Amino acid sequence: MNDTSQSFVKFEKIDKSYDGEVLVVKNLNLDIAKGEFVTMLGPSGSGKTTTLMMLAGFETPTNGEIFLDTKPISKIPPYEREIGMVFQNYALFPHMTVAENLSFPLEVRKISKPDIKEKVQKALDMVELGNFGTRFPAQLSGGQQQRVALARALVFEPRLVLMDEPLGALDKNLREQMQYEIKHIHDRIGITVVYVTHDQSEALTMSNRIAVFNDGVVQQLSTPDILYEKPENSFVAKFIGENNTLNGVVREVNGSSCTVELDGGFGMVKALKINVNEVGEKTQLSIRPERVSIDNSISDSNNFSGKIEELIYLGDHIRARLDVCGNNEFIVKVPNEGSFNHKEGDELKLSWNSEDVRALDL
Amino acid sequence: MEDCISTSALLTTDGVPLKQSLKKAERKNKLRAFLLVFPLLLFIIVTFVMPIGDMLFRSVDDSQINGVFPNTFNEYKKWDKEKDVLPPEEVYKALFEELAYGEKIQIGRALTRMNYSKSGWKSLIKTTSRQIKKAVKKDELPNNYKEFLISANEKWADPTFWYAMGQMVNNTTPIYYWNALDRTYDQDQNVVMQDEKRRIYIKTWIKTLKISVYVTIFCLILGFPVAHLLANLPLRYSNLLMIFVLLPFWTSLLVRTTAWIVMLQQNGVINGILVWLGILSDDGRLQLVYNETGTLIAMTQILLPFMILPLYSVMRVIPKSHMRAAQNLGAKPATAFWRVYLPQTIPGMSAGGLLVFVLAIGYFITPELVGGKDGKLIGHWIAYHLKTTLNWGLCAALGAILLGVMLIFYWLYNKIVGIDNIKLG
Repeated sequence: MNDTSQSFVKFEKIDKSYDGEVLVVKNLNLDIAKGEFVTMLGPSGSGKTTTLMMLAGFETPTNGEIFLDTKPISKIPPYEREIGMVFQNYALFPHMTVAENLSFPLEVRKISKPDIKEKVQKALDMVELGNFGTRFPAQLSGGQQQRVALARALVFEPRLVLMDEPLGALDKNLREQMQYEIKHIHDRIGITVVYVTHDQSEALTMSNRIAVFNDGVVQQLSTPDILYEKPENSFVAKFIGENNTLNGVVREVNGSSCTVELDGGFGMVKALKINVNEVGEKTQLSIRPERVSIDNSISDSNNFSGKIEELIYLGDHIRARLDVCGNNEFIVKVPNEGSFNHKEGDELKLSWNSEDVRALDL
Repeated sequence: MEDCISTSALLTTDGVPLKQSLKKAERKNKLRAFLLVFPLLLFIIVTFVMPIGDMLFRSVDDSQINGVFPNTFNEYKKWDKEKDVLPPEEVYKALFEELAYGEKIQIGRALTRMNYSKSGWKSLIKTTSRQIKKAVKKDELPNNYKEFLISANEKWADPTFWYAMGQMVNNTTPIYYWNALDRTYDQDQNVVMQDEKRRIYIKTWIKTLKISVYVTIFCLILGFPVAHLLANLPLRYSNLLMIFVLLPFWTSLLVRTTAWIVMLQQNGVINGILVWLGILSDDGRLQLVYNETGTLIAMTQILLPFMILPLYSVMRVIPKSHMRAAQNLGAKPATAFWRVYLPQTIPGMSAGGLLVFVLAIGYFITPELVGGKDGKLIGHWIAYHLKTTLNWGLCAALGAILLGVMLIFYWLYNKIVGIDNIKLG
């Protein structure tokens, strides 16, 4: 991945500031391979859309260079970059029909009329809107407009497709359906996609790799499973999936593991040493709810108890909010096997493996 | 239940036909709605429909003179112009009697009307009337009315006067319309052009249309970038700019027009600056006001907000992402503007254009003040005939033509752009 010759898109030491006082993107280094589906995930204001706009050519990096296919592209205007883009609100041209919207990029490239017709029809068929060419965007539903926007971004066979929260305006069911469709189209035509979203489940569903943005910095860049299971810092742990945290101080370091004394004198926890260096450092422990075991001890060192604050029945599982070691937002998911008969206020015995606890930064 | 389904008309639960029941339920609402708009309706009828109808009627009305000389005209219609050079004795007799016993005020009004058809009528009848009155007073009714009248004034033997009378014998007349287009009747009742020196209206019509078109084009050229700026600047700047656009709206039209006179006159601000900068010599000061140039400049400035506001309201809702999307798809900025942005502003351009054009074509105060001799538009002549010559027929005809021209433009506009495409805000 670090080999420049292999990466199709390369961000090199990119800084971006709008006002000369605040950096919205700080020292961004990112390599994207050809055919990859990379998602930039992060809360609003984290710099992910700015990064995308720099790639599309609508913003100029304050420092650094972006390479596309090994060539620097800072000096290339947006209309010569051959990068397709799906905008947040689709940006379909309302005065043109669907077919005219799709022909537009081909017409400005002076492609012959019969070729345009064929390519437009092919693109419309791809998004299953073959018969909608003569309609105007306003006559289509949100999901159909979304597909037209996708077809338009692909019809001129760009080198790369960017998507800026393309599903944000759709309702939940349609959004999930479109996630799969975009993923399938990506699998089928093998185009490189850079996708921006703030929805972590969207990112997990679709991406080969996810770059988690916060505060203008990529916190972690990895595949969805590693991001979820092995977050490298507390932001990623909190942002992706549900996460229980316990704060403490490192008391002992032993190779790849460490022992942490919980704040408030609740005891010692054995954990993986991830983002801490030495004894005496403050740390935040991260445990996924589904890795916490109830009633039967699965570990020698990490046995605790918690009082049930709230039980929420969710069908396939019961979500229990507990007060554990001073944290009353501690979540445990109990599979609904029929054997769980505790009430709110009861004390539960909890335990977890030390491999499932990650000692991260505070 | 069976009955309900089998009959063709649906019934309500109580057995009343559904349609009747619906009508009854809605009657109250309809009545209420009508009562709500009724005052406005009445107002529009009284202040708008009736005056315009009256004006349109006046432009062809010729009944006043027909009320003064009913018998004369009746007999006149029997005159065979092929056979006799002058009308028969009966015409002279009827005229004599109607002048002798007619109401003085009505005759006076009729004389004004007669003079529109041919100048000279007024003095002819006035001198004749005196003779007739004298004869009537002495109780010396003539034996031959024709000879009497001709002896009173020899113009009564001039057939051209009698031919001119032919224009008045009907209750309606197109003469005002022909006058409004610089045409009149010759002695054979053919429509011909006016004398060279009396042709003023066609020239003015063309000037009015020309200036209106120019003002519309200039407003579009000047207004488009301003509206674009307004729509795209950050809020605090655009609000300030908006105040600059709206400020003229809140200032009296007269003040603005006089301000332009101060700016444009030969010793005014603009000439002063140009001379001071050395661009003009002191003797070569430009004539910027009291001519067409002045009218054009002042009207463009005064009508500019009417172009900017509809354009702005349309541009404001065009997402900025459209230009980006177009460029992203491979269009150069100019192409993107031409093919993506501009077509989306058409509703605003056409609304503004129509508004400015319609206002310009009937503009009066500004051209009147800054137009001087050759910057005056058709509104000037309408006011002139309304207030100075009291030729309301011509005044109404000019107004009706103006209305017609606007309707034609509106129709053309609807054909080309479509009236649904208009957007004012």
